[in-house]
Amino acid sequence: MTAGLPGDGPGDGDVRWYDDAAGPVVRPYAMTRGRTRIADGAGLDLIAVVVAEDPAGRPAAALADQTLSPEHLDIVDLTEGLPRSVAELAAGLDLPVGVVRVLVGDLVHAGLVRVTRPVPPAELPDESILRVVIDGLRAL
Amino acid sequence: MRLLRADRGRTRPAPAPVALKLLVAGGFGVGKTTLVGAVSEIRPLHTEELLTEAGRPVDDTAGVEGKRTTTVAMDFGRITLRDDLVLYLFGTPGQDRFWFLWDELARGALGAVVLADTRRLQDCFAAVDYFERRSIPFTLAVNCFDGADRYPEDDVRAALDLDPGVPVILCDAREKESVKGVLVSVVEQRFAELAHRAG
Ligand SMILES: Nc1nc2c(ncn2[C@@H]2O[C@H](COP(=O)(O)OP(=O)(O)OP(=O)(O)O)[C@@H](O)[C@H]2O)c(=O)[nH]1
Ligand SMILES: [Mg+2]
Repeated sequence: MTAGLPGDGPGDGDVRWYDDAAGPVVRPYAMTRGRTRIADGAGLDLIAVVVAEDPAGRPAAALADQTLSPEHLDIVDLTEGLPRSVAELAAGLDLPVGVVRVLVGDLVHAGLVRVTRPVPPAELPDESILRVVIDGLRAL
Repeated sequence: MRLLRADRGRTRPAPAPVALKLLVAGGFGVGKTTLVGAVSEIRPLHTEELLTEAGRPVDDTAGVEGKRTTTVAMDFGRITLRDDLVLYLFGTPGQDRFWFLWDELARGALGAVVLADTRRLQDCFAAVDYFERRSIPFTLAVNCFDGADRYPEDDVRAALDLDPGVPVILCDAREKESVKGVLVSVVEQRFAELAHRAG
């Protein structure tokens, strides 16, 4: 999917389409070109784990896609062979979580990353996992 | 931190771990970030969440109708428990006006720590209320700041009108051992809940 990627919207000339100095109150439009809903990154939890697709399995067209921003490519780089949560990506790239959701959504559509959520957010892990958590915490 | 190690072979995608989360709530400056840092394998990381929904409260100072948004800061840490199991600790914003943000944070959370300072016990009322109403297991951890009077646990329990099942633990948010005990008590509540349901 290329529609809706940054670069399609107005203000294409902007090198950076978000603003670090926006301060505590910013207009959502400036952050994600108006795509404030996370339909693109729907359901992406803070702890959803993002991992780059195997290079061999990446669609060539997606890689050549000129509309991908440097931040999109950063996410692919950061998650190559190294699963990272949405929260970690946001912290590492110094971007708001909402922006990372949109970017990850774009990348999923482009076939460049996968998002895995072994435990769906609404479900809780079973007793055996909780046991590992308790024992693991005790052993810290 | 084996799984997220940078020297891992980069030829094939690593299996993604199961990620779990615990919340650390409490009033402003009560020691949430300190507590996360005491057990996290990484220095607590900082993220910002963008609040966009129209009609939701925005910064008091904004005073503007319409689709403006505000950002809210969160800290989090990570504990790799096993190759395929990672626990995240999120220090949630203490300000009451960011309630609605907690819904997203609380979704799927194993449970919560409500951190309290006996000198400002009222600062944690909102958090206690929040987790009680949603039946999210939590432990009330009293951060024992130097110079603060030590109240018996029962006094704290009574002052907060806590259910008998809610553990109250005196802790030092700077001490790993102390924080471990608090976290274990949260997960144990979830464990007991499951065991109860099963049996
Ligand atoms: N003496 C003492 N100081 C503490 C303890 N826990 C935290 N502090 C100090 O209290 C201050 C606030 O701690 P933080 O961990 O930043 O508190 P916080 O809840 O994250 O604060 P906000 O995110 O701003 O709401 C810091 O200067 C800590 O060093 C404690 O157990 N004992
Ligand atoms: Mg803090």
